[in-house]
Amino acid sequence: MSEPERKNTPRKGAGGRAVHDIGGLTFGPIDRSEHDLALWEKRTDAMLILLRDNKRSILSVDAHRRVIESYGEQEYDRIAYYEKWIRAIRNLLVEQQVLTRDEIEARVAEVRAKHEKTGRKAPKERVPW
Amino acid sequence: MVKRWERRAVKPATAARFTRGDRVRVAARPVLGHCRTPWYLRGKTGVVAAVHGPFRDPELLAYHKPGLPARVLYKVRFKQGDLWGRYLGPASDQLEADIYEHWLEPAK
Repeated sequence: MSEPERKNTPRKGAGGRAVHDIGGLTFGPIDRSEHDLALWEKRTDAMLILLRDNKRSILSVDAHRRVIESYGEQEYDRIAYYEKWIRAIRNLLVEQQVLTRDEIEARVAEVRAKHEKTGRKAPKERVPW
Repeated sequence: MVKRWERRAVKPATAARFTRGDRVRVAARPVLGHCRTPWYLRGKTGVVAAVHGPFRDPELLAYHKPGLPARVLYKVRFKQGDLWGRYLGPASDQLEADIYEHWLEPAK
């Protein structure tokens, strides 16, 4: 999906307007093109469904929204839809004490090393907590 | 410890404060944390189009609470011309939004 050109309209100083709450602000035209979901995006979707089902009830859609809405303005505009989702899932798993940060970081390092070994590209970026 | 949120059906704590046809104003207050009342509707006046019934409070569910007391949710209808400074569409254009009772106050 090509990223829509977003003219960053500052939400600062709006007296409590949250970063996601942009209805009525000027951002230019909406990109309505569809794209196939990547495997990781489908997995992210599936994870969210499993974590909020009746058996687990580890997170609610409102808790998920709360974390996504707490990203700063620049980060909120920069990162993609499912990236927001997976970051929020990660943080909520720690908040709910299902996993620890150390456990997640260790696993990420493991996967990164595996990818480097097999010559697969792994993003260098460390995702902030 | 995991605080599990509950999704069981809820009974209203109190009877619905508003009924279909009532004029209501959306509270013009800022909020920290999660809430489902869009900024562009705050302080605006509309008419209750439907009473959806009680739902667990999303502002509490967001913090892994049971979301009680439940809040009555309404479908509120606004005139587009009332929402935007310079609305160029027909005067009959409307917008409907679901708003929880604790965000609504009576309007004349």
